[in-house]
Amino acid sequence: MPAPTAQVSPPRLDQTFVTGAIQTSGGPVPCVSSSLTGRDVLGSVRVRFGFGRMHYTVDPGLYAIGNPRPDDPVFVSANYKLSFDKLREVLQGRNGWILVLDTKGINVWCAAGKGTFGTEELIQRLSSSNLGQIVSHRTLILPQLSAPGVAAFEVTKRSGFKVVYGPVEASDLPSFLDAGLQATPAMRTKTFPAVERLVLVPVEVVSAVEKGIVVLALLFLAGLLLSKGSFDEALHHTYTAMVALILGIAAGVLCTPLLLPWLPGRSFSMKGLLPGIAGAVLFFLIQTNEGARNGTLEFYAWLLLIPALSTYLAMNFTGSSTFTSLSGVKKEMRWAVPLQVAGASCGLALWLTSFFIH
Amino acid sequence: MKTLIYLPDVVTLALAPHKCTGCGTCLLVCPRAVLTMPNGAVEISNRDACIECGACQRNCPFGAITVKAGVGCAAAVINSFLGRKSACCTLPSDDPSCGPGCC
Repeated sequence: MPAPTAQVSPPRLDQTFVTGAIQTSGGPVPCVSSSLTGRDVLGSVRVRFGFGRMHYTVDPGLYAIGNPRPDDPVFVSANYKLSFDKLREVLQGRNGWILVLDTKGINVWCAAGKGTFGTEELIQRLSSSNLGQIVSHRTLILPQLSAPGVAAFEVTKRSGFKVVYGPVEASDLPSFLDAGLQATPAMRTKTFPAVERLVLVPVEVVSAVEKGIVVLALLFLAGLLLSKGSFDEALHHTYTAMVALILGIAAGVLCTPLLLPWLPGRSFSMKGLLPGIAGAVLFFLIQTNEGARNGTLEFYAWLLLIPALSTYLAMNFTGSSTFTSLSGVKKEMRWAVPLQVAGASCGLALWLTSFFIH
Repeated sequence: MKTLIYLPDVVTLALAPHKCTGCGTCLLVCPRAVLTMPNGAVEISNRDACIECGACQRNCPFGAITVKAGVGCAAAVINSFLGRKSACCTLPSDDPSCGPGCC
């Protein structure tokens, strides 16, 4: 038997959630806290709004939680800090080992889909972390949603470790452990409740607003050119555009996700149509009240562009949802994208034409 | 709450019943309760709930269940169509080493 060696490139001890290190037969292992600090919570809010989301990581490798002994369970997780934090939080008051895979900072499910939370990475991490020398058993608990990337039978064949798939949600992990590693059918099913749809909204809003600002800048420049340098006129058109874009974005990335189960249609583009029409009606009412440029082509342009934008943004929510398939998305896009492009082109043409017909 | 279902009759999930040994692993990993095992062999009983995540295929030691796995993400389809290899979300089949980020 080889002499005990420390894990290869072990996780750094100066990460904020590391409280110390415990000595094991396979070298020192960083110990993590199971309570989240204000800083952890702020960090998760920040990434929910899309800021620094691609670099919210923890070091891959083996960690200890509580005061684990060699016979305590091993949990495998992704190195997206949001996933890791959720896991250590639900393990409060328990002892165990956490093996963090290098998923390039991506959450468990998406990383499994991409293959970074996969058989190869798991087998390599098992060997580089020295886990075999540290624990006395040969069982790994993986999140069920990692199954698209991990072939359990292959892991067993090549590493000797048996893979047990835990529940879909980390919050069910305590019940799963207390039931002797048994999950109820409900724990094995991915749902998409309103709360979960709601937390996905901020990142979509931020991303849409960022693009919206670019569009407004372009429209302002176009307005400036087409109105022969009239700053006031260009500003007025840009303001109208801003109101319209806000309505379109609200319809597509806020109303559609929240009302998803009740909106008519199966495809997301269709689901985004009704909120888009509602947005256009609201635009119509706002403009009528102000009495500004009502009845002009510019106005009709936005009545067309708001629903087009809404259905496009709704279609893009397929990636955030948990019940769409690639085949379905491709089928939807085959008819939806041409219609969206046609709607947007007609709208843009009307908008441009409006500068020549007063 | 009731399960949300996407488009009907569209997924590529397929079963080769003669290869199935009834081990039940696919039932365990499916997050959408698509499969059942009423008589010792797996059956597809809720096809339209399938999201083509590929968990069943990946974990079947006998190749009894197959699906063209992928992510149901319009942005990924658009990015792949436009050839944006470094974009945050692409179809994994196009480039397994593509940059960080998705969803």
